[in-house]
Amino acid sequence: MHFVVCIKQVPDSAQIRVHPVTNTIMRQGVPTIINPYDLFALETALRLRDEQGGEVTVLTMGPPSAEDALRKALTFGADRAVLLTDRFFAGSDTLATSYALAQAIRKIGETWGAPDIVFAGKQTIDGDTAQVGPGIARRLGLNQLTYISKIAGLDAAARTIDLERRAEGGVQVLRSALPCLVTMLEGSAEIRRGAFADALRAARAEIVTWSAVAAGIEDPQKCGLRGSPTVVKRVFAPTPRADKAKAIEPKPRAKETAEDLIVALFEAKPALADDLERLAAGL
Amino acid sequence: MSDTAPPAAPAPSRAAMKKELPERFKAYKNVWVMVELERGQAHPVSWELMGEGRKLADKLGVELAAVVVGAPGAGTREAVAEGFVYGADLAYLVENPILAEYRNEPYTKTLTDLVDTYKPEILLLGATNLGRDLAGSVATTLLTGLTADCTELAVDADKSLAATRPTFGGSLLCTIYTLNTRPQMATIRPRVMPTPARQDGRTGRVVEHAVDLKEESIVTKVLSFLPDRASHKLNLAFADVVVAGGLGLQGAENLQLVRALADVLGGEWGCSRPCVQKGWAPAERQIGQTGKTIRPKLYIAAGISGAIQHRVGVEGADLILAVNTDRNAPILDFAHFAVATDAIRFLPALTEAFRARISAHTSDRLAG
Repeated sequence: MHFVVCIKQVPDSAQIRVHPVTNTIMRQGVPTIINPYDLFALETALRLRDEQGGEVTVLTMGPPSAEDALRKALTFGADRAVLLTDRFFAGSDTLATSYALAQAIRKIGETWGAPDIVFAGKQTIDGDTAQVGPGIARRLGLNQLTYISKIAGLDAAARTIDLERRAEGGVQVLRSALPCLVTMLEGSAEIRRGAFADALRAARAEIVTWSAVAAGIEDPQKCGLRGSPTVVKRVFAPTPRADKAKAIEPKPRAKETAEDLIVALFEAKPALADDLERLAAGL
Repeated sequence: MSDTAPPAAPAPSRAAMKKELPERFKAYKNVWVMVELERGQAHPVSWELMGEGRKLADKLGVELAAVVVGAPGAGTREAVAEGFVYGADLAYLVENPILAEYRNEPYTKTLTDLVDTYKPEILLLGATNLGRDLAGSVATTLLTGLTADCTELAVDADKSLAATRPTFGGSLLCTIYTLNTRPQMATIRPRVMPTPARQDGRTGRVVEHAVDLKEESIVTKVLSFLPDRASHKLNLAFADVVVAGGLGLQGAENLQLVRALADVLGGEWGCSRPCVQKGWAPAERQIGQTGKTIRPKLYIAAGISGAIQHRVGVEGADLILAVNTDRNAPILDFAHFAVATDAIRFLPALTEAFRARISAHTSDRLAG
């Protein structure tokens, strides 16, 4: 079996700061990580490979420095890493990104065998769109299986896959067929610690690096800004509210502070007392 | 290699390009809202979108349509009627037993078929698991623009959609246009927009549409549906009171203090994203840009600094109380009341004070 896992290198958003004057992201010194949601996809692929045999190829599109994310994925035990990098891709929206990645996955298939399952995280933490996975599935004609919490069975001979999908108010138990694209939910698998041997191998491994042409992309009109139907008109910081929070000064005893606070809350919203009474009564 | 490629054009000139709408898209008209129907129930986000769609349609001087897709008799007619009550002028209705449970393949085929036939200029979907799954594949099939998780929609002077969304985890907002393709698609998360007032008795026209679907050509089958146990059903997004904890609580065990206060107030509890990342609480308890958006009457944030990604999830609350030792925490920019004290010490006192206050209030009422 061949599993392809799409990952993205993202800034560690806990440490992002916005420049107060220019409203631009201050990237300097912000560490990058593998998009945390992608780790569940990678772990799921590695487990299936360990059970069923086969190979895991990790793929990312990004600047040359995205190689770090791929090397990290190799330390977890991925077999091969492909970096899709080209100035053509700059400014890609989700439609253009899904085109480039789909072409690269086709090329991966031609080079090392067609993928049985393409994995992705449910979304990234920087773009948060959850659109690239479905875009790839559509472009490659793969069965699209998103928000998967569990792969319950994979029958290599019958080429069927049983999965659990998070839906509104419950879980859909699905049977689909290979080849498919699966996006994994967070918490769906415990992430392994990489083996020491894999860490050594990852440090020396060759990262397969493809330009747009090398990945078989002949139509640059479909890439980058040109291939993106959406355009960012304006980026801005949220406007602060005119009035800051009203401070309730702490008293020596927490009980007194709490009582002051409740008086202030009920003064600000007289209906709140009745609402709370009703709620507390379970009505 | 791309070394010979011309440098990418700067964004402003790209934005200016949006006026050149190709001839074939000029017939695209009207605003559509996809009504999310699962097992006979319309998701409330559909009506929140209807309120937003109504405003856009009025500005554009066009009609607002509800798109209702499902199995015959499985709440479809009721959803159409509700669509009118919440502001739709017309409804596109596709009924087919194959559409009983959501599956990407038949739903994508149905929605793209509707778009190709009736040509909307704007198509809105809820940013739910269903809506995002469907919007992503429909936009790719139509090769059009899709903006996820919008917090504000507006119509520009040239009548195009300006969709504003948080980006970089909510640190910034950006306004996005769909250039030269139609429809302009956007998803909006539940509870970001208020539910519009019902206009009972309001009605409209129904356009029934048949889509050629064959079960044998659809690969994915739904074997069963396991409903969440009632005790696990989470009402966080719709709760009137929410109490949430952040890293200021210093440990998973102190989330108990948050739960205790939520219990006394008859509310729900949640937490900030870092708490979920640390494994203190399950992901469904996360409040913020990548978690739940809430619109309670009272929101109490304990030990939460209020990163913008948190802010965008709670701004719809009527009253926000922050308990945080840091008097400069960003949460003070959007909270209404703040207590600069240690949440771990303060929460038990607040819980007790609320308990005493509510029971006194209740007994006053009973005595009166």
